[in-house]
Amino acid sequence: MPDQAQLLPGTLDLLILKAVSLGPLHGYGVLLRIAQISGEALMIEQGALYPALFRLVRQGLLKANWGTSENNRRAKFYELTAAGRKRLREETEGWNRLAGAIASALAAQPEEA
Amino acid sequence: MKFLGSIRLRISALFRRSELNAEMDDELASHIQLRADDLERSGLSRAEAERRAHVEFGGQERYKEEIHEASGGGNFVETFFSDVRFSLRVLKKSPGFTIVAIGTLALAIGANALVFAVLNGLILRPLDLPNEKSLYGLENRNGSGYQSYPDYEDLRDRNSSFQSLAAFGITQAGLDTGKDPAPVWVYETSGNYFDALDIPPYLGRLLHASDERGPNSAPYIVLSYGYWHNHFQDDPGVVGRTVQLNMHPYTILGVTPPEFHGTLLFFSPEIFVPIVNHQQLAGAEELSQRHRRWVFELLGHLKPGVTREQAIADLNSIASYLEKTYPQDDGDTNFTLARPGLYGNFLGRPVEAFLGGLMLLAALILLAACANLGTLFAARASDRAREISLRIALGSSRTRILRQLLTEATLIALAGGVLGLLGSIALLRRLSVWQPFPRFPIHVPVSPDVRVYVVALLLAVASGLLFGVVPVRQVLRTNANEVIKSGSVTTVGRRITVRDVLLALQIAICAVLVTSSLVAVRGLARSLRSNFGFDPQNAVLADTELSMAGYSGPAAAAMQKRMLDTLAGSPGVQSVAFADTLPLNLDARIAAVFPDKETDLRASHAAAKGYLYQVSPGYLRAAGTTLLAGRDFSWHDDESTPAVAIVNQEFARRVFGSVTDAANRYFKIQDGTRVQVVGIVENGKYLNLAEDQKAALFLPILQRPTTQTWLVVRTGSDPQQLVATIRDELHSLDAGLPLNVQPWSSELQGVLFPSRMATLSLGVLGIMGAMLSITGIFGLAAYSVSKRMRELGIRIALGAKPQEVLRAALARPFKLLLFGSMAGLILGLLATRVLAAIVYQATPRDPVVLAGVVLAMALLGLLATWIPAHRALNVDPLILLRDE
Repeated sequence: MPDQAQLLPGTLDLLILKAVSLGPLHGYGVLLRIAQISGEALMIEQGALYPALFRLVRQGLLKANWGTSENNRRAKFYELTAAGRKRLREETEGWNRLAGAIASALAAQPEEA
Repeated sequence: MKFLGSIRLRISALFRRSELNAEMDDELASHIQLRADDLERSGLSRAEAERRAHVEFGGQERYKEEIHEASGGGNFVETFFSDVRFSLRVLKKSPGFTIVAIGTLALAIGANALVFAVLNGLILRPLDLPNEKSLYGLENRNGSGYQSYPDYEDLRDRNSSFQSLAAFGITQAGLDTGKDPAPVWVYETSGNYFDALDIPPYLGRLLHASDERGPNSAPYIVLSYGYWHNHFQDDPGVVGRTVQLNMHPYTILGVTPPEFHGTLLFFSPEIFVPIVNHQQLAGAEELSQRHRRWVFELLGHLKPGVTREQAIADLNSIASYLEKTYPQDDGDTNFTLARPGLYGNFLGRPVEAFLGGLMLLAALILLAACANLGTLFAARASDRAREISLRIALGSSRTRILRQLLTEATLIALAGGVLGLLGSIALLRRLSVWQPFPRFPIHVPVSPDVRVYVVALLLAVASGLLFGVVPVRQVLRTNANEVIKSGSVTTVGRRITVRDVLLALQIAICAVLVTSSLVAVRGLARSLRSNFGFDPQNAVLADTELSMAGYSGPAAAAMQKRMLDTLAGSPGVQSVAFADTLPLNLDARIAAVFPDKETDLRASHAAAKGYLYQVSPGYLRAAGTTLLAGRDFSWHDDESTPAVAIVNQEFARRVFGSVTDAANRYFKIQDGTRVQVVGIVENGKYLNLAEDQKAALFLPILQRPTTQTWLVVRTGSDPQQLVATIRDELHSLDAGLPLNVQPWSSELQGVLFPSRMATLSLGVLGIMGAMLSITGIFGLAAYSVSKRMRELGIRIALGAKPQEVLRAALARPFKLLLFGSMAGLILGLLATRVLAAIVYQATPRDPVVLAGVVLAMALLGLLATWIPAHRALNVDPLILLRDE
């Protein structure tokens, strides 16, 4: 297993929204998708995922429907709602701003100060 | 509608919860399957893949709990219901604990509810009259309320403080409504009585001041609701009917409302009659006599704006006027005001003191019960340490666990409270209809009301929280890992824990209760054996008021002689005599006695006050009173011969200095008559058993005839058998004679009533205290044995002797028992000083009491540690060591 990055607090929701935005997923699928799109760098504790999923459903950012998985298992599939899409956009912008700011702050050279 | 809506929401929330649970389970199961599929694909067997998937996922319960919170679950109501459900399950699993806890609390709450209800009925809302705040009764300096009728008229007309000052007296009269003539209890009321108290008629009309036009001018009767209900079957036609009262025609005016029971608590009259007709009722012309204090109490509402102090000053200015104007009759007059109902402070103070004491003891019981339950809960909490740490390890929050424990405590508290309350209500119902003395219309008006329910339930919940909090510290300190690793955290230290303190406290309280009840029981036993100055065994009393049957003056005296002669000839009768009243009767008469030389016969110059009994010849023999010197009265001591008296030793000592000096000496009584002492008798009890020695004098009834007649019949056989004979013999003389016949020992029940009540209540409280400490000690001993099972097993395996094992297991409970009992004994002995006021001869320094308490506590300890000790001795080390 490659080195794993520490998940920053508050970022799990963002990752879930992003993962689901790429197409409807069941919970296990969300885990796999996050691992995949983060280049196996971000691994989420399996159980910790579900409270987050239920919270997002309750906030109206995700909606859930029972369906059948590719290997014929009954599973609950999550997809983004309109509100979820909007939130993902906002959160992504916010994250990019923050990441850019932190990156430029960390890139600062002594003579520029 | 809003309420219904919210209920629907709550119910649907509950359904949602189970839906959510099912969905969660499905989803997590599906997750595990999907993960297992992946693992299987990587080459594992299906079973191994599923196992791995489960392990990877971790504690499902914890995540479920988090999911609940995340999806908006965990709202108060839902958690509450789940806590309740869980608590019920847990409690059902340990029925022994639950029953002991609920029973303990039910006892304590029941006792408190009972005592509080009595306190509430008697003191907090005594008479239940309109506007009771401004209602006051007059009280003399000696604490009684008796006044003479002329004084009442002066006080009524001269005061400026009362809206209307009313008066009432209490007497018995013979009422003939056309059927069986029977004695009834009568309030003789002033005309303004009902108006002054603001009592509306239930039927017809009540008395008014305008009905009074001088002596015997108002032949009217007002019925109490109870009498009307029982004797006239609620017939509204009685108004206007004429009945015979003491052989005089009286007209029924109306009926009082059901909630009005007169103005003396415990003592409800059957009918009300104008006080101006006193002569027809009591057979004596006392209305105009200023020195005859027979009017029971004066009472009324103060005018708005008049304070109690102003009213007292006003009354006392009238008192000094009376003193100046009638020095002969009204010397030394002084009034205060007291709440009416319990006969002012005369009855009120002892009743209040007694109830206050009981309340204190009941509170102690509650405290002991709380301490007990605290110990139980603490012991249980540490027994459940493993469960609790498991739950914490699985991710339950400590607040959730505490909340659940408190829910458990509250459930027990509520169950105990409701049970206790139900029990006390049942008892109160019986108390309310209880008639301790058949002769008197006495009842104890203590039906429980909202106040009682609220207090009981508040007490229950408060104590529930109190003992529920005990294990909190323990839970907060629980270190999940430690407990699971080592089984249980055994700190077998010598440290004194909260539990120990609670138990010692509880044992001390129990010892106090046991001590007080033993003291009371001893006091009662002693008062039953004490010397009354007469012999109530083998004697029958028959009492009648001849004026009720129409006899007065010489006719009454002749009738008394006929009754005497008739009974003297009956089989089984050894001797018979009569008197106007008897020692230890409730209606005692007191006479002021003056030295022979004294000419100023004002009350303040009296040499002594003595209880006065007017007796027929032969009384001393019939009553069993020992004559120490001189002679008994003879039939020649009548109105034509010089006045003579027989006095008791105390009288002789006080008036003449010594018993030997008293013979044939003279003294004076209030009306100036010189009386010669012809006999001296032993001392006795006159008003109650706890009194200091009182002076008493006996005068020949022939020298001043009365209509009130108490026949004393002495027999050699069982007095109970004579009762019917006596009644028949007397009724054969006059069938209309209102009679009351019973053995003297039964008649004395009334005198013993206070100490009996005290003994009974203290006995019950003592037993409750004992039960509580048994469960307490048992709890601790059982707990300490089960805690140290393994250690005991090792000791036994290493060859410890039984007594060593016992010492190891039970030394601590025993030490606590010893310490608590000593403390309780000392406290109890201090507390019995208070008891001495109520219970006759309650001396705390009584070896029997001391030995009794020590023995009782030792027995309790033995009883309570028996089972745990047995368990400790039967520990099988093999099983135990294998087990753990």
